[in-house]
Parts: sequence; structure tokens; C-alpha cells
Amino acid sequence: MELDNELVGSEYKYGFVTEIEADHVPPGLSEDVVRLISEKKGEPEWLLDWRLKAYRYWVKLEKSEAEPKWANVRYPAIDYQSIIYYSAPKAKKDAPKSLDEVDPELLATYEKLGIPLNEREALAGVAVDAVFDSVSVATTFKDKLADMGIIFCSFSEAVREHPELVRQYLGSVVPYSDNFFASLNSAVFSDGSFCYIPKGVRCPMELSTYFRINAAQTGQFERTLIVADEGSHVSYLEGCTAPMRDENQLHAAVVELVALDDAQIKYSTVQNWYPGDKDGKGGIYNFVTKRGKCAGRNSKISWTQVETGSAITWKYPSCILQGDGSIGEFYSVAVTNNRQQADTGTKMIHMGRNTRSTIISKGISAGHGQNSYRGLVKVLKGADNARNYSQCDSLLMGSECGAHTFPYLEVKNNSAHIEHEASTSKIGEDQIFYCRQRGIKEEDAVGMIVNGFCREVFRELPMEFAVEAQKLLGVSLEGSVG
Amino acid sequence: MLEVRNLHARVEGKEILRGIDLAVGAGEVHAIMGPNGSGKSTLAQVLAGRDTYEVTAGEVLYKGQDLLGMAPELRAVEGVFLGFQYPVEIPGLNSLYFLRAAVNAVRTHRGEEELDAVDFMALAQEKMKAVEMGEDLLRRPVNAGFSGGEKKRAEIFQMTMLEPALAILDETDSGLDIDALKVVAHGINLFRSPERAIILVTHYQRLLDYVVPDFVHVIQNGRLVKSGGKDLARQLEDSGYAWVEEEAGEGSGLGERGPAA
Repeated sequence: MELDNELVGSEYKYGFVTEIEADHVPPGLSEDVVRLISEKKGEPEWLLDWRLKAYRYWVKLEKSEAEPKWANVRYPAIDYQSIIYYSAPKAKKDAPKSLDEVDPELLATYEKLGIPLNEREALAGVAVDAVFDSVSVATTFKDKLADMGIIFCSFSEAVREHPELVRQYLGSVVPYSDNFFASLNSAVFSDGSFCYIPKGVRCPMELSTYFRINAAQTGQFERTLIVADEGSHVSYLEGCTAPMRDENQLHAAVVELVALDDAQIKYSTVQNWYPGDKDGKGGIYNFVTKRGKCAGRNSKISWTQVETGSAITWKYPSCILQGDGSIGEFYSVAVTNNRQQADTGTKMIHMGRNTRSTIISKGISAGHGQNSYRGLVKVLKGADNARNYSQCDSLLMGSECGAHTFPYLEVKNNSAHIEHEASTSKIGEDQIFYCRQRGIKEEDAVGMIVNGFCREVFRELPMEFAVEAQKLLGVSLEGSVG
Repeated sequence: MLEVRNLHARVEGKEILRGIDLAVGAGEVHAIMGPNGSGKSTLAQVLAGRDTYEVTAGEVLYKGQDLLGMAPELRAVEGVFLGFQYPVEIPGLNSLYFLRAAVNAVRTHRGEEELDAVDFMALAQEKMKAVEMGEDLLRRPVNAGFSGGEKKRAEIFQMTMLEPALAILDETDSGLDIDALKVVAHGINLFRSPERAIILVTHYQRLLDYVVPDFVHVIQNGRLVKSGGKDLARQLEDSGYAWVEEEAGEGSGLGERGPAA
């Protein structure tokens, strides 16, 4: 695949604010706030109970100061009582039944972000669920997908329309007690996407969710749950942006994937939350728990992520390889420029026999950026003939940035076959001069060299998004060399 | 085409070029010879615009324009090509993609339409034959895992694709076995034309048996100390650089120039 190499303007171009009347709860977190969120969404009793359990667990964690501190990132303590946990654009009617009822201001916002929600103009072959602050505002191509038995809707709708599925799988991969941020999310999550692919169905289009934080002081806590039934295939994408604001905003999402026998899930992320300004003011704290369970035999879950945004990224999309012969993959490009920090990687937990995993991580650091890869490969006793290949490459631009690698290995079965390769290189003046001597402008040369470095990851992305990712990389790194 | 006047350049405070005068006209092939460390490669790099070298005095006119005031990429699209002594590897960047970007940069600068992938491939396949480049090599990342000979052949191939007016080939012959040397020389000879000039920077006479130069210059301690015809190269091969040094010490031939451009 050849990719177009185009560098766009250097400013964060998604930093605008949509003026829209919002319905939000007062700042702060309490049992009442959790009840209020659940009530606003008209949730059944069992879900409120689950939220409350999560909330109580989180309170315990907070009291015992159990917020994770092991990551290689630095930030001032977060005041959880100053965050608004629910904000929704005020609907003219109850819930929009179709796109015609969605506030035109919202449609215009997504248009501006390059995500047309009008199905006639929508990207061919991509169905989009648009999440604005705490709620999903529109989902495209729903009817077409429903004809094949595919459920793709907002999480709230799934709770109303398909409670049995949600109840069966919610928390089955990331329990509410998993970690500090997962507990917080479980207590206050407001919306997100839900997706179910029935037995034997190959989803004919890319499913995608586009997350947008708009309101000030608001945290975004969405939950995504994808279930691929036996023999089904699905490719899912998510994108995210936020306005430029001077204060930091918290994004603590949870994503759970379940793949049954012979099912395959490909999950791609292009993360472009506001990274803060050059001096590190503002930006999103992206503290996310993503995990997939290969529950069935010969199932496969593949994570691809391009992380260019956020002030701080803390995420480890992982795979539990439970089914015999199941496969987990993790392809990652993480960029840190200016004062950005990233601590990201994966966990591959081999439980079943003949399970395989691949980890390809590319970290790029520029400016004062700090980039850490943290990965765990764990092979349990019963996991005969497990195989893992890990490759972690770091690229440094300039002398003020840092790259760190923390690979962890726990092997309890002697038949395991594990390979790890790591490299650190500096983007060379020789390389840039060579390109310039061939007539290629310096910024294009940097783009080409960096994209070459990331090629193994980009080729895993669906075509349009690979181009998008490449542009983003150019923007994120503009002006970093020279 | 190219006029170098009293060029001085230094790196890390150390003066390497100490007053180079050289005139190269269209259609001419000039060989610049000299011992290691004499400033041959520095001259090539300075002409291409490498900013590790600081030009402290002198000027360079290329087609009447001030070459030293131009960014490296502008020099390139204006037709100045440097064949690198050590072509750098760029992992992950496909050779063909890279070369198409380069060719299209030149074409855009000339106001020509960019070549699409199909037309570009057709052109590349035609030019590949001259330097016996395998297509498989071009499907790999730029210079990645190429042998020394493959890298040099790839440089000559790039030159024929980019069709520069002035090609500066920095030790293109070094590290080549005799067969590879013949292939490279063949490529250079095909490239020779009345509109183009070539500067061959070389340590040895060997390449000049196959690419016969119009002028030979000897560089020593940052100055051109002797210039002459193709026979000068043979004299150097027989007697080494020492006798030139002695002559230079007497002051003859210092700053001697080829014919005006």
C-alpha cells in the first residue's frame, strides 16, 4: 500500500467549541450523582446496582490512595470532586429518532470534523456512532446493518433494547473492580457504542465511533462493548477529538471485546485528543482500559492504535487468549511531542493451548515528550506451545525527549516460544539531507522517514484511516526537526 | 554551468576548503582526484548544500545563480545531483515511492505534470536496464540491506531518473568490484550529453579508464593544486600524489582553472 504524504497545517485544527445548550449534573461525585445519571438514562435496577457497587469500590480505592502510580507519567493530583460527570446536549425532543431530529448544530460539528453523519454523504462502507460529551447523538447505517442481524447502536439504546446481551457481557472482560479508572468508569459511564455480530456474519462495513468532548470541566466516561459471536468478523474504528482548553480534562473509557469460537475482531484507534499547548498547558488525560477476550477456539483479536493526541496517555489494550489456538495482536504508534507523556503497551495473557500473540510497538518522541512502552507477556501453566513475538522500536527527534521500554515476561510453561526485539534510533540528519538532495522538502522528508518507521503499524489500518493517521503524524511532529 | 570562486569552507572550526577555483561547462566531465582528507568529499557536500559545513568565503554560480544561497532541495530541483559516497538507509520507506516523490518534485518545479504510479513504473523499468538494477531491489526500503555495489548502482539509477544538469558523483567507484564498476561506468556514459556536466570525485584512476574525463584536477589540503587533461590521471596513478605536492610547493599550478563555462 502506498500512502499519500501530505502535511497539513500545524495547529490543532479540532480545537473549536460548539455553542450548544447542555444538560449537565453539578460537578462532583457521590452516590446521588451515580443515581442521577442512571435515572436520566432510565436504566433498569440491575444496572444501577452494578454502578453503585462500582462506585463503592472506587471510593474504597480512592481512600486507600490506590490511583495507579506505577506508570512513567507525572501529573498533579486530580480533584475528582471538580469534574462534571454527565453533560448532554439538550435535545429538542426526547431522543432523536432519526438524523432529521438531530440538532443541526451537532451535525455541523461532525461535518467540521470531517465525519458527515448524513448517510448520503457518509464515507462509503463506514457506519458511524457519534458520541458527543456523555451521549451518543447519531448512528448511521443502522437499518442496513439490522437486516443482517448486526446490532450497532449507542450503549444506552443497547441497555433498553438488548438488555440480555448487555447484562451477559458487561464487565465480563473488565470487571468493575479491575482498576481505579475502570471502577470510576463503571460507576459513571454515560454512553458509548455497543455492537453485536451474530453467528457466521461478516460485517460488510467498518463500524466506527467518533468521540467528541465539547463541554468544559467535563470528563468523558464512555464504554464500548463488542461481542463477535461464533464465526463472525468485524472491523471497528474509533476516533476522538476535543476543544483546546487550558484546564486538563479526564477521559476514562473502558472497552471490552469478546470473540467466541472462530470469531475475529479488529479494533483500530486514531486518538487525537487535544494534547495541550507547547508548554504543556491543558490537554486530555487519556486513562483508558481496553481489553479483549478470545473466549472461543481459534478466535482472534487485533488492536491497532495510533496515539498522537492527549497530554497524558495511559492505556494497555490487551488480549486474554483463553480459547485454544486463539490469536492476539497489538500494533501501536505512539507520538509524544512538546510536553506530552505516554505510557502505553499491551498485555498478552496466554491461557489456551497453541495461542499466539504479536506485539509491534513504535514510539516516537520529539520536543520534551516522554514515551514509554510497557508490555506484559504472560504464559500460564496450561498454555502449551504458546508463541509470542514482540518488537519495540523507538525513534527520537531532538535531544530533550525520552524513550523507555518496560517489557515484562512471566512464563509458567516450558514449551513457550518467546522473542523480543527492541531498537532505539535517532532520526538522522543524514537521512533528511539525503531526501532534500533529491528535491524533497525537509518537512516532507521528516514525514516520509517517520511514516517509514511506522509502516508495519499503518498497514494494519483500513485505507482511509491510514491516510488520516499519516497526516496526523505530520501535524503532531511539525517543526520538531531543525 | 558551474563556477566556483575562491571557495573556503570549514567544519567544527577546522578549515577544509582553502580557496577552490573551478569552472565546469556543459558537456564536460571533470575528475577531481586527491588523497584522503584533501577536501574532495567536502567540496561535493558543500556544492549540494550540506549545512554541517560552513562556507567562510567565496562564491559559487550555477547557471548564473548564487548556488550557496539556495536550500538543498532547491539545488536538487534546479538540476544539481549528488551521488553519495555512503548512501544512507531509510527503513520502511519504499524506494520506488521515495524516488517518485523526488522525480515529481523536479517535474513540479519545472512546471510539468506529476507522473502517476503507472507512468513512473514504465520510466523506471526502462532506466533500470542501463544499470542492471533488479526491480526487487526497488521494492525494498531505500538502500536498506543493499550491498555496497547495489547502493552505488541505485545512486546512478536515481541520477538517470532525475536527469540533472550537473551530477556530482562522490567516490561512486569505491568498494566496487570490476564488473560492478563497468556497469556503473556504463550508466554514467549513457548519461553524458552536451547539455550535462559531470564531476567525478575519485581517489583512483580506475573509474577513469571507463569514464574518460575531459579535465582532471588534483586537490590537496583544500586547494586545487594541478589541473590537466585525462593523462594527468594516469601520471598520478604511476607516480602517486607526492610529485604534485612537490610541484605545488613551488607554487606552479596553484588555483589553475579549467576553461570557462
